[in-house]
Amino acid sequence: MKPCYTIAVTGINAIDSPGPGVPVIRSLKEASSFDVRIIGLSYEALEPGIYMRNLVDKVYQVPYPSAGTDMMFERFRYIQSIEKIDFLFPNFDAELFNFIKLEQKLRDELGVRMVVPSLQQFESRNKVNLFEYGKNHGVKVPAATLVHSAREVSAKLVDMNFPIVVKGKFYDAKIAYTNEQSIQHFDKISAQWGLPVLLQEFIPGTELNVCGVGDGAGKLVGAVPMRKLYITDKGKAWAGVTISDKKLIELTRKLVKETQWNGPFELEVMKTVDDKYYLIEINPRFPAWCYLTTGAGQNQVESVVNIGMGNDVTYFRKYETGKLFIRYAYDMIVNMNEFEQISINGEL
Amino acid sequence: MKLKKDIAISDSGFLFNPSSGDSYTANPIATEILKYMQSGFSNEQIIVSIMESYDVERSTIEKDLFDLESMLSNYKLTR
Repeated sequence: MKPCYTIAVTGINAIDSPGPGVPVIRSLKEASSFDVRIIGLSYEALEPGIYMRNLVDKVYQVPYPSAGTDMMFERFRYIQSIEKIDFLFPNFDAELFNFIKLEQKLRDELGVRMVVPSLQQFESRNKVNLFEYGKNHGVKVPAATLVHSAREVSAKLVDMNFPIVVKGKFYDAKIAYTNEQSIQHFDKISAQWGLPVLLQEFIPGTELNVCGVGDGAGKLVGAVPMRKLYITDKGKAWAGVTISDKKLIELTRKLVKETQWNGPFELEVMKTVDDKYYLIEINPRFPAWCYLTTGAGQNQVESVVNIGMGNDVTYFRKYETGKLFIRYAYDMIVNMNEFEQISINGEL
Repeated sequence: MKLKKDIAISDSGFLFNPSSGDSYTANPIATEILKYMQSGFSNEQIIVSIMESYDVERSTIEKDLFDLESMLSNYKLTR
């Protein structure tokens, strides 16, 4: 008989720049080793996942990460007085710091388990530390520098060749071809995501992504490389295909071994025409396209739950190449009383 | 010229390169030639086979084969 776990999932904002919550839930629903009851955790009343009643059994609003860990813990204490959450999937970069801090407390006091990287793993792969990270682990990373003001942008550009990539500390990246463009991008990104902003060397090539899981003991649980086939104006993949790339899998395996990475991750890599791989970013969570890994034969989401619950874990050795995902937009019709309930009571 | 081993070619002329994720469509003659290439035929064997099946001059096949090979090489589908 299979166990039935109550699993809480954040990132249910299935919008044009979607969070990974809905694809994580879809993978959970397809798990063969356990059944699930899904608790959606939302930050805003218009997150589409709240109203996907075929995927989500109950939804609770949670405080924004900026409210701090105490507020978050108190909200979980309340939710746990009603539900019996066994496992939690945090799916946003911006909330991970709080959840990593709360990991032990949530487990010991409320019985909620997670599989998340350590604070050291989380911080060291941060965009602002990535160049150093690459040096420490023998992986090529484009040269980058941090800036805190527009004046500093001009000063730093003296030592860089155009084009460059201007990046926010959590999200967003824009290519700049001139000094003026670099400052414009800096102003826009710093206003939205705060400081510092990163100026990174531009590497021409093909962007490849890997969705994978590390077991925390240096072993790769699974990894599926994907190439984006269609990109939205926000730079998000709207379609992609699994590819066969042994070198990229080896690079992933090496990184997981070196860093003892714990939990899901996404690697963003540029492959140059002469077959060199540059690590552009490591996202410390599942990406929004992670359901493709399930479609390609690796239910990595299921493996993460099994790691957290102390069950036997499947270490995937293969996946199907040539599997595509094609995203679509879908209008749901929602009754006002549902919107009212989540807005007023913070649960639905 | 040899095609990369892992290139998938369907009977309808759809090509998929699993290492890049790129896909292509080939017309029926190109599909036939690609299948010959996958079977390890030399250029001479391909030319003879096509001449046996179609009423076509050797110089036309040679030119078409050269064009196809350039295209395959350009798309990095050869080894």
